[in-house]
Amino acid sequence: MQNAAAGPKGIGPEGASPGSEVDQGRRRFLTLATSGVGAVGAGFVVWPFLASLKPSERAKALGAPVKADIAGLEDGQMLTLAWRGKPVWIIKRTPAMIESLTTVKAEVADPESSVQQQPEYAKNETRSIKPGIMVMVGSCTHLGCSPTFRPDHPAPEIAPNWQGGFYCPCHGSKFDLAGRVYKGVPAPINLLVPPYRFDGDTNIVIGEDQVAA
Amino acid sequence: MAIVPNPYKTTGVLGWIDDRFPLTKLYRDHLSQYYAPKNFNFWYYFGSLALLVLVNQLISGILLAMHYKPSAAEAFGSVEYIMRDVPWGNIIRYMHSTGASAFFIVVYLHMYRGLIYGSYKKPRELIWVFGCLIFLVLMAEAFCGYVLPWGQMSYWGAQVIISLFGTIPFIGPDIVTWVQGDYIPADATLNRLFSLHVVALPFVLVGLVVAHLIALHEVGSNNPDGVDIKKFKDPETHIPLDGIGFHPYYTVKDLVGVSVFLIIFVGVICFAPDGGGYLLEKPNFQEANPLVTPPHITPAWYFGAFYAMLRATPSMFSSALPGVIVMFGAVLILFTLPWLDRNPVKSIRYKGNLTKALTLLFAIDFVMLNYLGMQPPSELYTLLSRIGSVYYFGFFVSLLFIHNFETAKPVPERVTE
Repeated sequence: MQNAAAGPKGIGPEGASPGSEVDQGRRRFLTLATSGVGAVGAGFVVWPFLASLKPSERAKALGAPVKADIAGLEDGQMLTLAWRGKPVWIIKRTPAMIESLTTVKAEVADPESSVQQQPEYAKNETRSIKPGIMVMVGSCTHLGCSPTFRPDHPAPEIAPNWQGGFYCPCHGSKFDLAGRVYKGVPAPINLLVPPYRFDGDTNIVIGEDQVAA
Repeated sequence: MAIVPNPYKTTGVLGWIDDRFPLTKLYRDHLSQYYAPKNFNFWYYFGSLALLVLVNQLISGILLAMHYKPSAAEAFGSVEYIMRDVPWGNIIRYMHSTGASAFFIVVYLHMYRGLIYGSYKKPRELIWVFGCLIFLVLMAEAFCGYVLPWGQMSYWGAQVIISLFGTIPFIGPDIVTWVQGDYIPADATLNRLFSLHVVALPFVLVGLVVAHLIALHEVGSNNPDGVDIKKFKDPETHIPLDGIGFHPYYTVKDLVGVSVFLIIFVGVICFAPDGGGYLLEKPNFQEANPLVTPPHITPAWYFGAFYAMLRATPSMFSSALPGVIVMFGAVLILFTLPWLDRNPVKSIRYKGNLTKALTLLFAIDFVMLNYLGMQPPSELYTLLSRIGSVYYFGFFVSLLFIHNFETAKPVPERVTE
C-alpha cells in the first residue's frame, strides 16, 4: 500500500546521508498513527480529571435519606428539614387548604402535574400520598431560591385572589399549597416532590420511594 | 528570515544580554518605538488603567490567599479574621473587592471606547475578539471570587448561577451536580471555585492580556479620528508623521490618568469600602445558610444588565432555557461586532447623526439594564427590562444597515488636533 515511488519525494533532515530519499507515505502513516494513539491516550487521561469533579463518596453518603417525625405537627403547620442540603417542607394541610387547590385550578400552569416533577404515586389532585400531608422540596424551579410559606389570605400584595401558597422573594414566582406554579411567573414548572414514604403513621422517610402496597 | 541577535549592536552588560535575549528589541518594539497616534483623548486612559487594576488584583489576591481558608466551614470566619486580626487585612481585602468593581468600570469604558471609535474594525478584529475573551474570563473570575467569602449573597448567587446549567435539556441536572461536586452548592463547590479563581482563570486572563497586546502592537493603535497613521510616514525615518513613541509620551500621559484614578480608588477604599451596599452587599455579612434565602437576591452591580436580560425573558416550553440563551447571547454577540458593523466609517466623529444617537442610546440602555437587574422584580421593571433587552440586541443588528439611511461626514486624511 505504501508506494514510496508514487508519493512526492522529500529530502531528509540535516544529518541524513546525502541523496537518501524519504518515504513520505510511511512518514504520513506514522504521523497519523502516533497522533491517533496520542489522542486516545489523552482521552483516557482526561476522563479521571473530569470524573474527579463528581460528588465524592463522602458527599454521596451525606445525601442519604432522612426521617421525620410528624406526630407533633399541627393543622396548617409547616415543618422544614434538610435533605441533601435542600429544604424539604412537610405541610399538614387542613380540609380548607385542600379545598383551595380546586379553587385555584384555573390559575395554575400545570394543574394535572403532567411535567415529571413528582414520583408516580404523587401524580394526583393533591400531589401527595395522603391529601392531608404535603411533602415537597422548597426550592424554586426558576433559579433555586427558597419560596416563603404564605398560608394567610387574602393577601392582595401577592395576588388579588390569593388562596394561600408560596411566594418566591427572588423573582416573584407563586405556587399554590400543592406546589403548583401559577401562570405568568418566572418559574416554569411545579415544585419538586421528592421520593418519600410513610414509615408507620407518624414517620416520613425522605429520599426513599414508597413500595407499591 | 533569520533572527539576528542584538540588531541594535548594544555593548557592555546590555550587549551581553541582547546577544542572548531581545531585551533592547522588546523595549523599542513595544515602548520607545511603538508609535501611537498623537491624538489620543480621555477615552484612551482605560486600557492602561485596566492593566493597573489587574496588577492590583493579582498582588492583593496573592496576599489574601495567604490568610483565606477555602472551606465551607472556615471561609466566612477566615474573611472576618482577615478583616479584624490580620495587620492591614481590611485594607488589602477592600483593595481587592473595590478593585473588582473598578475592573468592570474601566473595562466597560474601554469597550465603549472601542465601540465609538470603531477600534474593532479591520485590521483590529482579533484585538477585539481577544478583548471579548478577556471580558468573558473576567466575568467567570469575578463570579468565582464573589462566592469565596461564603456569605448569604455568595451562596445564593452561586446557587442561581450554577442552576443556569440545569436549564440544558436532558443532562442539565446531572451537569449541575457535576459542577457543584455535590447535590447543592457545598464545600466541594467552594473549594473548586477557589482553585479556578486563584490558579486557572488568572493564568488564562494574563495569557489573553498578552495576546491582546501582541495583536495591538502588530497592527498599531486606532485613534479618535479612525484614520490610519501609517499612510503618511517620514520619508527618512519611516516613522508615522502623526505617531509618537509610546514611551515617554503616553506613559507620562497615562500617569496622569493613574493619579486621578488612584485618588478616587483610594477614596472609596478608605471612606466607602462597601459602596453603600453595591460594592459589598449587606446580606454577605451573614454566613451562608442553605435553608434561608435572602428576601432579595441581587447580582453584583457589574452583572446587573445581564441579569436583567435573564429575568426579562419569559419561560418557554416549561423551561427557563430561553433566558439563559439570551443572557449568554448578550455576551457572545459582542464577539461578532467586527462583522456586524458594515459602516465604512470607523470613528463616531464622522458617522451620521442616526448612528450617533443610537450609540448614545445604547450606553443609556446598558446603564438602565444594569440598574433594573439590581431591583426587585415588578411589572414596570420587567417591561422596561424587556424593552431594554430588545434594544440591546437591536442595536447590534442595526449596525448591519443603519449607515444606508444617513450621510457620513468626510473623513480627514490625517489626524485632527
